[in-house]
Parts: sequence; structure tokens; C-alpha cells
Amino acid sequence: MSLHEQDDPRLRAAQEERLRAVWAPPKGLFLKWTDTNNDAVGAWYVLTGFVFMLFAGVLGLIMRTQLAVPDNDLVDAGTFNQLFTLHGSMMMFLFAVPMFEAVSIILLPQLLGARDLPFPRLSAFGYWSFLIGGVFVGGSILFNAAPDGGWFMYPPLTTRTDLSGIGADIWMLGLSFIEVSSIAAAVELIVGVLKCRPPGMRLNLMPLYAWYILVVAVMILFAFPPLIAGDVLFEMERLLDWPFFDASRGGDPLLWQHLFWIFGHPEVYIVFLPSIALFAMLVPTFARRHLLGYPWIVLAAVGTAFLSFGLWVHHMFTTGLPKISLGFFSAASEAVAIPTAVQIFVFIATLWAGRVKWSTPMLYASGSLAVFVVGGLTGVMVAVAPFDWQAHDTYFVVAHLHYVLIGGTLLPLFAGLYYYWPLITGKKLSDRLGRVAFWMCFAGVNLCFFPMHFSGLMGMPRRVFTYPEALGIGGLNMTSTIGAFLFAAGVAVICVDLCLSPRRPFAPRNPWNAGTLEWLAHPQDEHWGIRSIPLIESRYPIWDQSDFMKKVDEGRYFLPDAEEGRRETIITSVLDARPLAVVRLGTPSWIPMATAVALGAVFILTTYHLYWPALVCGFATLACVLAWLWTGTAEIPEKPSKPIGHGIELPLYLSGRSAPGWWAMFITMMADATAFSGLVFGYYFFWTRHPDFPPPELAGAPGVLWPMVALASGLASWIATLAARSANRRGALLPARLLLVFAIGAALVSAGTGLAGPWLGGMDPTLHSYPAIVWTIAIWTSAHGAIAAIMLAYVIARSLAGRMTAQHDADLRNVTVYMHFFALTVVVAYATLGLFPEVA
Amino acid sequence: MADEMNSEVKRKWHQRLVITLWVLIVPPTAWAVHFLFSYLWAAISCAKTGSFASVPWLYVAGSVLALVVIALSGWLGWKQSRTPGDPPPHEESTEIDRLRFLATATLLLAALSFVGVVFTALPVVFLRQCT
Repeated sequence: MSLHEQDDPRLRAAQEERLRAVWAPPKGLFLKWTDTNNDAVGAWYVLTGFVFMLFAGVLGLIMRTQLAVPDNDLVDAGTFNQLFTLHGSMMMFLFAVPMFEAVSIILLPQLLGARDLPFPRLSAFGYWSFLIGGVFVGGSILFNAAPDGGWFMYPPLTTRTDLSGIGADIWMLGLSFIEVSSIAAAVELIVGVLKCRPPGMRLNLMPLYAWYILVVAVMILFAFPPLIAGDVLFEMERLLDWPFFDASRGGDPLLWQHLFWIFGHPEVYIVFLPSIALFAMLVPTFARRHLLGYPWIVLAAVGTAFLSFGLWVHHMFTTGLPKISLGFFSAASEAVAIPTAVQIFVFIATLWAGRVKWSTPMLYASGSLAVFVVGGLTGVMVAVAPFDWQAHDTYFVVAHLHYVLIGGTLLPLFAGLYYYWPLITGKKLSDRLGRVAFWMCFAGVNLCFFPMHFSGLMGMPRRVFTYPEALGIGGLNMTSTIGAFLFAAGVAVICVDLCLSPRRPFAPRNPWNAGTLEWLAHPQDEHWGIRSIPLIESRYPIWDQSDFMKKVDEGRYFLPDAEEGRRETIITSVLDARPLAVVRLGTPSWIPMATAVALGAVFILTTYHLYWPALVCGFATLACVLAWLWTGTAEIPEKPSKPIGHGIELPLYLSGRSAPGWWAMFITMMADATAFSGLVFGYYFFWTRHPDFPPPELAGAPGVLWPMVALASGLASWIATLAARSANRRGALLPARLLLVFAIGAALVSAGTGLAGPWLGGMDPTLHSYPAIVWTIAIWTSAHGAIAAIMLAYVIARSLAGRMTAQHDADLRNVTVYMHFFALTVVVAYATLGLFPEVA
Repeated sequence: MADEMNSEVKRKWHQRLVITLWVLIVPPTAWAVHFLFSYLWAAISCAKTGSFASVPWLYVAGSVLALVVIALSGWLGWKQSRTPGDPPPHEESTEIDRLRFLATATLLLAALSFVGVVFTALPVVFLRQCT
């Protein structure tokens, strides 16, 4: 297809008709919820997150009402415990993190000029998981069953079933389920940023939002899995009495604190960076110029991501760790201020150098920077260990964290809301209401949280449901309560503004006159994402490339048609965005929703100790996943390649390292390996906490023999898979299948012998932390062996069904990635279990 | 342009090791490894012997090694961020500009990581005690 052909309006109309038909959302009362397109799923996601935020905000208001006057009895201590636990947990797990994922699912394809992200069904699965888990956790307070141990759930208060009720299980299992959806979103976003950019959008031209999302999604891979590992240990203790955190039986509550805060501190940056990323989009628009210091922003994002993993112990300064350790973490906590400050200075410099238009989004952006800087400065204060010893667990810290989170996450999201609302609905929000709401929120935040610095320093402890009049902090608390209500009223004005939106007229296209790709969207939305996928030559193509919008709209760039009636987008190379292939995307389907329901049922039934139904649902989940993979992935196309315009012909099938599926597997396994390293950390952590670990009387098991057999057979399985991959590539299908059968056998032998060690050694996991952690690592590794067997059997079935051939070997290539990680897991697990007791 | 670069016969190592996303994260990874090593050493030696090493020469050597790795990456970034070819402001969709960008980011990250490692080592200089 040449440029010339697109001059024909009838051809363009026919193309548009085909695209519209292919991307039409499903209709009908039930069917419309099977939609997987990012504009629908993203909108549901945002709306759900927003509702959870309002709910958690109301919980906060009830707390502030209780604390308005001394010795108040509006709520009792038990309810208050549930209120602050759920307020914190919901704001973090059900609002801040999912909101960034939701916003990214809407924005990222637009920003990257892609028709959709590479795995639209995965996004839908993530959304349904989030909704089910969120309603389960949030709704618990209506039944007086909410978690009440603080959002960090410190044991032993929370692991002893006589001190804490079902709420702890709801927290642990409900939020574990949501962590699954976060990791699913991370996979989607990383592959999206790396592989779905438009041709020409090399790494140096990527919108900064995409840089931030890439960095944050990678952070999720390393931050969430330690918490999942902790959740596993925690529930083993609660449900089965395995004493990981019970000091009387060789456990240690501090292990939970480590695993929690290895997640919990990066989490702060996981919610902060994407909000700051919104600034990186709106500041250039309103400064009317390119952002200054593009590489400096990348430095700030990547640098913050790394440093944020060296801060976790600053939440544990008062737990009696060695002073020298505190010094390391204090130093890293101070160092992270450097990249954080860099990005703020970059924004200020850009505004300084531009011609600023003081729009409503800019007002929110600058106001939130002011709030955030206050929180950042108190952060530098509490990063100094001796100061923290004084301020720890007082309202000073409450003030600090709310300044950081409101200034760094909530207000920037409001800025983004006012900026991007026209993109999503085609209509602008009211400038007048927006400004009124801003000043109410801004005054409310400062009125509410600034006095807390003083009440904290005067000795008001956190998480206590009331205080005596004699403490002399009644006035400060009343001021805080008034501020909280003022802030809430501001949020209510925003809600009113949103509700009035449907009655307003459509705004013009690109109403802010921005320069980035997402503003190609039409006010009356077309579901195809982008009319034709452009060639990018600038960071701000709408400003810099001549006739850009017109060329996109007239289909003069790539892939302007959907001849085969399939949803498609272009896959490009990581560094330079060279076009590699056209991939067919998932269409609306009930499978993601069914998978989420089945998996959700596993977690919820386990909470209520209904293990047999949970097991049934586990098999249902497996069946759904297999059906999903079988029907929806690695499809062999009807022809090897297709033209995308301008004389470029791209293949329709990819396998190996250039394929999105390979990356998805690799990324998922990175998360899996991180969770596993959390368990191994537990093993060695116990070793440092005990003079003798393993204890001499228990050190006889699991012995050396069985772990070594499990290790050897696990490696044999891995080698057989590698051999099968090359045999298949050569076209030797029968040897490849036989090798895969051998690999299945070896994986199952590894799984069985891995458990044989602790089983035949008679290890009782309830006796001591040593047998408990040995069993946990062995079960984890054996489960991976069983999953390997399932995957390998799936590959054989694909091969026999003719869905995998010598050239079309994506399934086998992806399973090989799994097997690399399986081999690594086997080596680390069984070397630790079998050999470490010999040398310790 | 890329072909020209490839066709040069004798190139120094800092030209052969072209900066990619993987090289970009070498300096912060060096910081992370050094930090983890510091934490583990402190945790294990305090738990098992009750004191940080009295003459931590191994610690000093490890820190110097981390700083050398970071400095080399930074130098690589410095060199490649000045790759000649395209006109300023180096914001085009060309291979050279992409390389210059990644190199600049590497250089900046090396600077931050250098400071980070020095920060981490300071407690060993001034504190060095477990309790």
C-alpha cells in the first residue's frame, strides 16, 4: 500500500468500517462485561479504585471524628483498630497501586500509539481479580470482621488466633490475591513499554510516563513477591501452626517485618513515581515547551527505584538491630532524596524556561509539589535514626506519611484527573469547581496534617483510639479534624464536578494543545485506539511533525486496515523500536473473568478453612488457564506475513526472545524467583538468629541423599527440555516429544524426592522453625516441579495437535524459560536444604 | 551511520561495549550489590561474632571495587555520550542520539551510585559498632 492509495476517501471509509467492526465492544447485559479492550477495562479499573478511595476516606473521617475531642466514645477501641487498619490497607492496596495500573492501562496504549497492550485479556483478569479481592477485603468491616492489626499486620499479635480473628486471614489471603493482579499488570505494562512502541520511538523518544511505568512495573516484580513469600509463611502459621514468627519455637517476628518492609518501602515509591509521571506529561504541555533534562528524569526514576530497595529497615529503627545496620539504611534513606529532588528541579526548570499557562491541572500539580516537599523534608528528619527513635509511632510520622502520600500520590492524581478527563470522556471538567475544590483540599490537608507534627512531638501515639485531656492536645486534634472535613468537602466538590460532566458539551480534540501521542484520541471515542500507527521522529510529534494528526487520521502510516478481521498491533524491538511483527490480540472473552472468579474462590474459601471446595476451585482455575492458553495464545497464522503499508511486510508469528509471550514468561518468572528468594532469606535469617541452626537434635533431616536426588532429577528435566527445544527446531518432532516425556518424568521424580527428604526424616513442621522452613522450601520447589510437568504435557499436546511445529515453537520456547528458572530454584533449594546443615 | 561504526577495524573496548539498557543499570546494580553485601556482613558478623570486623580491609576492598565498577561505567557513559554524528539538541530518532541518551543516563546514574556507595561506607568509617 502506498501513500497514494490512502488519497481515496472510499478506501479510507472501507478501512474505517472494518476497523470499527473488529474493535466493536461486545453488547448485551452480560456480554459487555466480557470486554477486554483497554478503554473499557481501564475505565472500570479507575472507577473501582476511586470508589475504594472514597470508602477508605470515609473510614478516615470516622477516625478523625472519634479523635476530635479527648476521651471520646463514638467508636470503641476494637472498631477503631479495624478502621485504621482498613484505611491504610485500602488506600495502599486498593487505591494507590491499582490506580496507577488502571491509569496506565488507559493511557499507555494511547501514549505508545498501539492499538492495545499485548495481553488485553490479562488486563481484564487483573481487573476482575482486583474487584473480587477488593470487595472481599473492604466489605469485611461491614460484618465487624475487618483486619485490626495495623496495615503492616505485625506478628505475634496477628498470627496468634486467640488475639486476632478472621480479619487477619481476610487481609492476608484477600490482599495476596490482589498482589497476583498487580503482578499481572506489571507483566502487561513492562512488555507494553518495551515491545509495543510505534516504529521510530527509540528509547530516547519514549514519553516520560512510559519510562516511569517501566521502572515502577519492574519495581513491583521485586517488591511484591517478598510480601507474597511473607504471606505464605504467615498463613502457614495461622492455618497450620507452623511457627515461623513464634519466638518460643525458634521463629522470629522480625522476619515478617523484614519481608513486609522490603515490600513496604519500595511500595511508597511505586505509588509516588507514576503520579509524578503525570507531571512529566502535563508540565511540558502547560509550559509550552519540551521538558528540560530528559535523561535527568530517567536518572531520577531509575535511581529512585534502586535506592528505594535500600530503605526498608528505616521502618525498623527501633527494633534493636545493630547500630551499624541502622547506619547503612539511614545513609540510603538520605541518598534517595537526591534523585527525588532532581525530578522536582527538572519540573521547576521547565516551567521557568517556558511560557506557563496556569490551568487547573497545573494548580493541582504545583500545590501537590508544595505538599510533597514538606513530607520529603520530614522524611529526611525521620531518616536520621536518633530522631526516629523519638518520633517513632507518634503522630509526627502520621503527618509525614500523609504529606508524602497526599502530596506525592493523591493530589497529582487529581491533577491527572483534570488533565486527562477530556481524553477519556471527550469533555472538560469545570475550571471553577476544580479551583474551588483545589483550595479546599490544599487548605484541608495542611490544616489536618500540619498540627499532627506538634501533637506527635507532644507525645500523641499512633493507633490509639482516644487520649486524655491532660495531654493538652485537644485543640490540635480538633484542628486536624476540621481540616480533614474540609479536605473531604473538597473531594466531594470534585465528585460533583465529575457527576455534572455527562451534561456538558464535548471539548475540541486535544483541548490543551499538547504534543504527545495520546491526544490523537477523538472526543467521541473510536475503540480502535489509533487510526494508523505512526512513524515517530520527535518526543512531541503533534507539535513537531508536520501534518501529524492528519496523516494518522487518513491512515497514511502503518497498519491502517484490518483486512483479516483481526485485532492487531505492531511489535517492535526494545532499543530502537524497529518493526518486528504484527501480533493478533485477544478478543472479548469470558475466560479472564471466569479465571479470576475461580482463583478468587480459592483464596476466599481458604480464608474460611473450606479446604476441599478450595481445592476444587484450584482445579477449576487450572482448567480455565489451560483453556485460555490453548484457544488464545501462540496461534499459527493463516499466512506467514502481511503488509503494513509503505512496502513493509511483517511476520505474523514470533517465538523466542523477540516475542511478547517470551518476555511475559521471563518477567513472571523474575517475580517468582524473587518470592522464592524471600523464602530462602527466611532460612538464612533463622540461621543468623540462632547460635545453632539447624538445632542439633533436628539436624538429621532432610539428610543429603534425597535433596541431591531431587536436585539431579530437576536438572535432568531441564536438560531434556533444552534438548527437546533444539530437536524440535531441527524438525525432529518424535525425538522432541520423547525428550519432553522424559522431562515430565524427571520433573515429577524431582517433586517427589524433594518431599521425601523431610517426610522420611520425620520432620514435624509444628515443632520448630527449622522443619517448618525446610518443608516450605521443599513444597515450593516440588510444586514448581509439578507445574513444570503440566506445562511440558501441554507442550506435547500442542505438538500432537499440530498447534506447535518446528517453525512455530513459541510454546516450547516459553516453557524453556520456565525450566531455566525451575533449574535455578532446584539448585538453590536443595543445595540449601541438603548441604547447608553439613557446613553450618 | 551504524554500518560506519561497525566497519572501523580497530576500536577500543569502550567503543566495542555499546551501552544498552543492561549497561545502564550496571552502576545502580553495583550500588545494590555493595549495599546488600554491607547489610549481610553486618547482620551475620554482629549475630555470630558480636562485632563488625575490627580491621575491615575486605570491606574497604569491596567498596573500592564497587566504586571502580561504577567509575568505569560512568567513564563509558561519558565517552559514548559524546559520540560524534548528529547535530544538537540530540533528540532525533537516530541510533546515535539514542546511544547518546543512554550513555548520558548511564553517566548520571554512575554519579548517583558513586555517592550512594560512599554514603553506605560512611557508617563503617565512623561507627563500626553492633550495639
